[in-house]
Amino acid sequence: MMLYLFCLVLFCVGVYGVVRKRHLIKIIVGIIIAEYAVNLFFILVAYRHNGRAPILSPEVAITQMVDPLPQALVLTSIVIGLATTALLLALAMRLYGKYGTYDITEIRELRG
Amino acid sequence: MNESAVFIPYFVVLPLAGAFVSALLGKRFHQLPTFIGSLTPVVLFGISLVTVYSVRHEATVVYHVGGWQPPIGIAMVIDGLTVFMLVTVNMVASAIALYAWAYMERYTAKGMFYTLMLLMLAGMNGVIVAGDLFNLFVFLEIATVASYALVAFGTERHELEAAFKYAVMGTLGSLFILLGIVLLYGLTSTLNMADMRLTLASLTDRNLLLMVTVLFLMGFGLKAALVPFHAWLPDAHPAAPAPISAMLSGVLIKTLGIYALSRVLHHVIGVTPMVSSVLLMLGTLSMVVGVLLAFGQRDLKRLLAYSSISQVGYVILGLGLGTPLGILGGVFHLLNHAVGKSLLFLNAGAVEYATGTRDLQEMGGLAQKMPVTGGTSVVAAMSIAGLPPLGGFWSKLLIIMAAVQADHLGYALWAVIVSVLTLALFVNAMKDAFFGVLPQRWHGIQEVPGVMQVSMLALALLCVVSGLLLLPGVREGFLSKAATSFFDGVHYAEVLGQMFGQMLGKTP
Repeated sequence: MMLYLFCLVLFCVGVYGVVRKRHLIKIIVGIIIAEYAVNLFFILVAYRHNGRAPILSPEVAITQMVDPLPQALVLTSIVIGLATTALLLALAMRLYGKYGTYDITEIRELRG
Repeated sequence: MNESAVFIPYFVVLPLAGAFVSALLGKRFHQLPTFIGSLTPVVLFGISLVTVYSVRHEATVVYHVGGWQPPIGIAMVIDGLTVFMLVTVNMVASAIALYAWAYMERYTAKGMFYTLMLLMLAGMNGVIVAGDLFNLFVFLEIATVASYALVAFGTERHELEAAFKYAVMGTLGSLFILLGIVLLYGLTSTLNMADMRLTLASLTDRNLLLMVTVLFLMGFGLKAALVPFHAWLPDAHPAAPAPISAMLSGVLIKTLGIYALSRVLHHVIGVTPMVSSVLLMLGTLSMVVGVLLAFGQRDLKRLLAYSSISQVGYVILGLGLGTPLGILGGVFHLLNHAVGKSLLFLNAGAVEYATGTRDLQEMGGLAQKMPVTGGTSVVAAMSIAGLPPLGGFWSKLLIIMAAVQADHLGYALWAVIVSVLTLALFVNAMKDAFFGVLPQRWHGIQEVPGVMQVSMLALALLCVVSGLLLLPGVREGFLSKAATSFFDGVHYAEVLGQMFGQMLGKTP
């Protein structure tokens, strides 16, 4: 149970970073933290207490393994996160090139 | 497996392959990306029409990817709603690809543009046909990441800023969706939507489902730009090149937001009265706030973007009513708005192409010089504002009638008020842009190239004739089928459940 709570705390730290920080790179770091919290949670959902790695062999009963499906899915999710992060960093660099600052309060030409 | 199921994977494979080939060979053969990018959506539109015809007798058709049987393998599913969305998305995409042919000449990296556009199309088609939640998420990410890059395509200050804002908000939304999917997986130990539905039906503790619903509402609400989550849309949609603005406002927010939300809520989790009243409130709020914010906008594309928020509210209102008539109206309005709003964005792009400005106060009398742009623009604006006999009138009428029938008189009244406000908004905008005195500086402008005119005329024709889809005989095959598939949620689950049962040797 503690693990799940820590996971939630990690997610909240990430969202806090996105909402409160003004530095473009810190916002991106916030997104990465939140993303990893979700991935970690996915792995935790699949974890079985004292389970072993999901490798099929005749000696071990299937019930003693952890669930392998989320591990495969998390790999996909990490790759998606990589693409998003790369794109966000590229955008941040181009913004720095145009404005000469990473401060989001100074990059405010568009208003709702 | 039904023989018409063989068409299903093409919706994803063709645009993905097109994007790959045009990225790989675009540098050497400059005309290749244009050719592939224009042809693929048209071919897909053709296939989607064939699919409408070939599945007319079936409720659900399933394709098993790689021959693996569900619920273990990946399934691609087609039902009434799926076919409807496929036709809408690929129809609008074909018109837009044609338009982009001439429009994108001004940009340097035309090949890259077509690669990203095809990726976005592959993502949207994938979201529509995905039969399990994780694939839905993956395709959703493909479409959104491509759209972030497309918003930043001009790489000027505004474009980059809007794209960054959009990407941050969009990624947060995706995280909420992924968290919801993880929780659902933890509850049911399956990802296949039909299997999930069957497992959830026997679930007694509904508390966690409530949290999942809230997560999905936030995540897909961010994608659909419902009002508390709309802040990115008025920046992102105007910043993109005009064909992409049309695609984003016309089909992307509907596929990733509304379609995915209703797929998850109506077909997997099930809609409780509380959820449907939340949908009604969100829809009405979007409707009212969107149209009020649109007043006083000087930038034509920004005005259109705010109006999109408002019209998406109508669709959500129709779906939230939950009656057959309301859902029919919502689904039909989705089609009308997709056609009308993408046409208006293309018109705004045409004006920018000819004059170089999007500021309404600098325009005036442009219809004298650009009759096609002006004429089609008026048709689209009046369709969205809901003037008979254009398509938008019928869908709004259905939604308002459904609201009255369901005893939601307050919501019906708001829908009428917003409709009147929308009319006022568009009459003003059209007057400022296309009628009145032509300023001296625009005397030398010309109408846009022929390809762009053809694409705008085709969409305008669709605005005019889409009301015919409601005629008895036509309605049953297309619109009603899409609307009834909302109620077939259980049926959908049972059809697949029986198939699994036969395969696994168990009774569902």
